[in-house]
Amino acid sequence: MRLLTHNMLASNVRGATTGYPLTLEATKWCTKEVELNADFIRGLLPKIDWRALVDATRALGLPELLPEEQPPEEEIFAEGAADVEGSAIRRIHHALLEVHVQEGSLVCPDTSRCFPINKGIPNMMLHEDEV
Amino acid sequence: MADGDGAGAAATGKLAELPSGAEKGLPRRAKASSGRTLNTAQIPLVASHPDVYEPCDDSFALVDALLSDKAQLLTLQPRLCMEVGSGSGYVITSLAIMLRQLGSGAQYLATDINQHAAETTQATLEAHGVHADVIVTDIVSGLDKRLAGMVDVAVVNPPYVPTPVEEVGCKGIASSWAGGLNGRQVIDRILPAVREMLSERGWLYMVALEDNDPSDICHLMSEMGYASRVVLKRCTEEESLYVLKFWRDPHAVSSASPKSSGSESWFSQLPFKSLWHKNS
Repeated sequence: MRLLTHNMLASNVRGATTGYPLTLEATKWCTKEVELNADFIRGLLPKIDWRALVDATRALGLPELLPEEQPPEEEIFAEGAADVEGSAIRRIHHALLEVHVQEGSLVCPDTSRCFPINKGIPNMMLHEDEV
Repeated sequence: MADGDGAGAAATGKLAELPSGAEKGLPRRAKASSGRTLNTAQIPLVASHPDVYEPCDDSFALVDALLSDKAQLLTLQPRLCMEVGSGSGYVITSLAIMLRQLGSGAQYLATDINQHAAETTQATLEAHGVHADVIVTDIVSGLDKRLAGMVDVAVVNPPYVPTPVEEVGCKGIASSWAGGLNGRQVIDRILPAVREMLSERGWLYMVALEDNDPSDICHLMSEMGYASRVVLKRCTEEESLYVLKFWRDPHAVSSASPKSSGSESWFSQLPFKSLWHKNS
């Protein structure tokens, strides 16, 4: 599970008000490089909850990866930024698409219900009495 | 099942018996050993599990339909693609392979209610060098709030087999086929959920059986503002399979005519023919 998906997932357990964002607890994660596509990031960024993304990177022990506040778009998408090591767009791309959580859990912020992540796959299934 | 076509009789046997897409003028599934560019996944060679539905006629029909729509899909340049009920992973893997040339950074998501299926999907994706985030969940539960309106291509091969109602929701492999009354029980839950996920320009491809009353499915979708067309129809010894494609069309609601009925082929009396979209 990448942080893009973490950013999109919420808990639907009974009793949850928003169920979002899920608290990430990772015991094992890795990175896999993929090609950066600025247009994809541009289209996606308005849908991303920046706070949740930043918190997820901190949960992985990467406090320096993203700043507290989302950088302005003109900085992120400045010409040539994608080719500059450490630029905002490179960091955002890395955080969203290159970090894979393999083992851990996602915890509902309202109910503390724990959703396990095994072999990179989060299990969001609820029991009948939780729906 | 490591040494290719000669091994894994059950799985590869299914492949061999299949009416080839090429016979119907559709692209042939590439063989891993042929050295040509792979168009689709080679499932029997990489992953299987007793509790996971092996790719079969319906899976191949869906992939053949996607292949026949490949040019349009490339033009659409989807950002986010999603499969609901990914099972073996054959379909989502094939879609990702097919669109790889886009270089658009398209991302993929797959859900399945069955943990074994999700793991098999992941193994299939990995074996083909493509990636999707796989989630164990009921249809799109957990993604419904935040992912709404973001999916450009959704593919669904639902549990469509008419079964006793009580078989629906059973664990294990039964969840891959048991469709309840007229095979519509799960389909009728999937459609509204997936509609919410689709972007304004989003397309949905779904397998349906004659028994599911595809004409009625299309009519219901037109009432919700979706035009439709039959991308592929294939009759096997056991079933008549359709792959339906849906897309948002502002004219769909107003031009939807009353549902026709009768025993003739439903295809000849499609109430939604007028909704066919020249670009989709």
